[in-house]
Amino acid sequence: MASLIFFYFAGVIIVTATLVVALRNPVFSALSLLVMFFHVAGLYVTLHAEFLAAIQIIVYAGAILVLYLFVVMLLNVKREDQYHRQGPVAVFLGLTLLAEVALVALSGEVPVAPLGPQGPLAAGSAVGNTESIGEVLYTTYLFPFEVASLILLVAMVGAVILSKKGILGSKSS
Amino acid sequence: MTIPLADLVTILPEMIVVFAACVLLVLDPITPPSKKDWLAWMSLGALVVCFFITGATMNDRVFAFSDLVVVDAYASFWKLLLYLVSGLTILLSMTYLKEEGIDLAEFYGLILLSLTGMMVMVSGADLLVIYLGIELMSIPLYIMAGFKRFEARSIEASAKYFILGSFSSGILLYGISLLYGAAGSTRLADIAVAVDARGLEDPLVLIAMMLLIVGFGFKVAAVPFHMWTPDVYQGAPTSVTIFMAVASKAASFGAFLRVLLEAFGGVKPNWNGPILVICIGTLVLGNIVAVVQTNIKRMLAYSSIAHAGYALVGLVVVGWAGTEGAVASRGVSSVMLYLAIYSFMTLGAFSIVAILRRGGLEGEELEDFTGLSKRHKGAAFLMLLFMVSLAGIPPTAGFIAKLYLFMAAVDAGLAWLAVVGLVFAAVSAFFYLRVVMVMYMREPSATQEIETRLALTPTTTVVLACAVAGVVLLGIYPSPLISVTTFAAIPFR
Repeated sequence: MASLIFFYFAGVIIVTATLVVALRNPVFSALSLLVMFFHVAGLYVTLHAEFLAAIQIIVYAGAILVLYLFVVMLLNVKREDQYHRQGPVAVFLGLTLLAEVALVALSGEVPVAPLGPQGPLAAGSAVGNTESIGEVLYTTYLFPFEVASLILLVAMVGAVILSKKGILGSKSS
Repeated sequence: MTIPLADLVTILPEMIVVFAACVLLVLDPITPPSKKDWLAWMSLGALVVCFFITGATMNDRVFAFSDLVVVDAYASFWKLLLYLVSGLTILLSMTYLKEEGIDLAEFYGLILLSLTGMMVMVSGADLLVIYLGIELMSIPLYIMAGFKRFEARSIEASAKYFILGSFSSGILLYGISLLYGAAGSTRLADIAVAVDARGLEDPLVLIAMMLLIVGFGFKVAAVPFHMWTPDVYQGAPTSVTIFMAVASKAASFGAFLRVLLEAFGGVKPNWNGPILVICIGTLVLGNIVAVVQTNIKRMLAYSSIAHAGYALVGLVVVGWAGTEGAVASRGVSSVMLYLAIYSFMTLGAFSIVAILRRGGLEGEELEDFTGLSKRHKGAAFLMLLFMVSLAGIPPTAGFIAKLYLFMAAVDAGLAWLAVVGLVFAAVSAFFYLRVVMVMYMREPSATQEIETRLALTPTTTVVLACAVAGVVLLGIYPSPLISVTTFAAIPFR
């Protein structure tokens, strides 16, 4: 059953990922990307990484994809043959990557254990990983968490200052 | 979950600065335009309070927030310097922003938030905290660089700084993530243990270390990661340039030294070579390219690159093989001394450029300084003082800074590096003294004669007085600053 679910998610990911680059209409591409993101999130859930799954949907599907769509719609990209000159490069890079994967797979030296010692999060598997991340975020890592909130504040203020009309005098020098 | 009160007391200065920034951002829309200066005075008041708190707790060495933050003499020294520079920047901006027609009170809020980032950087005992500090420092700088929205050059500076800054942050973050893979923690102390255990030739640690050096090299504007500096320093409003050239450089050096010494202290031979190459490259390129500049802000930008090269001499001393504890600590203290003195003279030189901005005269091109001594004796003399100090000629503070640095180099058996530094100090004297020559030996044109009208208000006078006091007094009587830096460098002994 578990492998059936895996093959469903993996199959849909491969099909939709191919569609992203194969479809002519950029909006359709973006929509297949969305379907792919959801299935990647599903894959994470089967691995018991619920937090990562939620982040995958919120950040990628919610924020990054919307950004793509905005750009596509604002720029109104109509010309389809714009990027076709990159074909040879894409083939070259793709084959290189494939060769690398094949090399690692055939050598049989796939590292199973993580590279270094386990981080603090691995220990808290008794509770769900979302809870343990939340707990660590608000206790051990409270200080960086608050600093991150300040960064967001600055970004917000900056966006207003740099984009709002009429708050800076247009003095001609 | 409760936060221990002791933790909050430890970061009291950070909290005061953030609080002042937030209050300022909230009060700004409801403050009538004529009263906006009060917001600047309020932020200055917050800085003064912080100055006394940090000064009073300088002897402590306290860890807080599960060892993510450390407040020791080293961090306190940088914080004191940063309060001073931020305060003087705010004072100067009160006049300068009005001259440029960009007087938004948010500017002071952004300065305070950027300062918070710098404070977090220098007291971070964890790479994640240091990284977030760098971001909190940089994002307000990107915004402030583009404050002259109606000028293409300012926008260009902002965009360039933003894109290159994000790129360097990415590199830094990649290094941090590799170190996390090696150590299973981002705390500097844990990383030091893992790095020591893995030894000198571990590829993972080597790659991570190089990535960190690149990331920090960008922030301190060292060659070959300096490309952004001239354009950004030239395009940004001058008071922002001061803040970038002085405060952000000092804070980056503060964090850079701590990361290199605390996390990579056990593998000094590994980073010493790259730092030496960067140091010599920075000295050569910064000083030689500055010679051909005709724009004062650009020239000062290359000069600030060159000064980063001098400060890196101190880092080489610390990492040099066979350097004893006392000499290594001299290396650290000479970097701190150098940057403190550099702050005063660079701040002074850029302030002169800023106050010449008034009334038609741009004050940025070298020609604008033609015959300044005939038009305004005081400004010309102050510029002379700052140029002489930047060149490192006695009896100014610039000489003391270079003297201590080169003496530390000689003590570490690096006499040849001191000679290289001296040769390039001689090269730098050429372009600094050229400004003096232009001011004193050329006649001003008729239009310049009429248009001279300096933006000298009480606040800019205070800024210039502080810069002059720093350059002259520290040149004649440097021992208090030397003893403070020696004391603050003790954590690394």
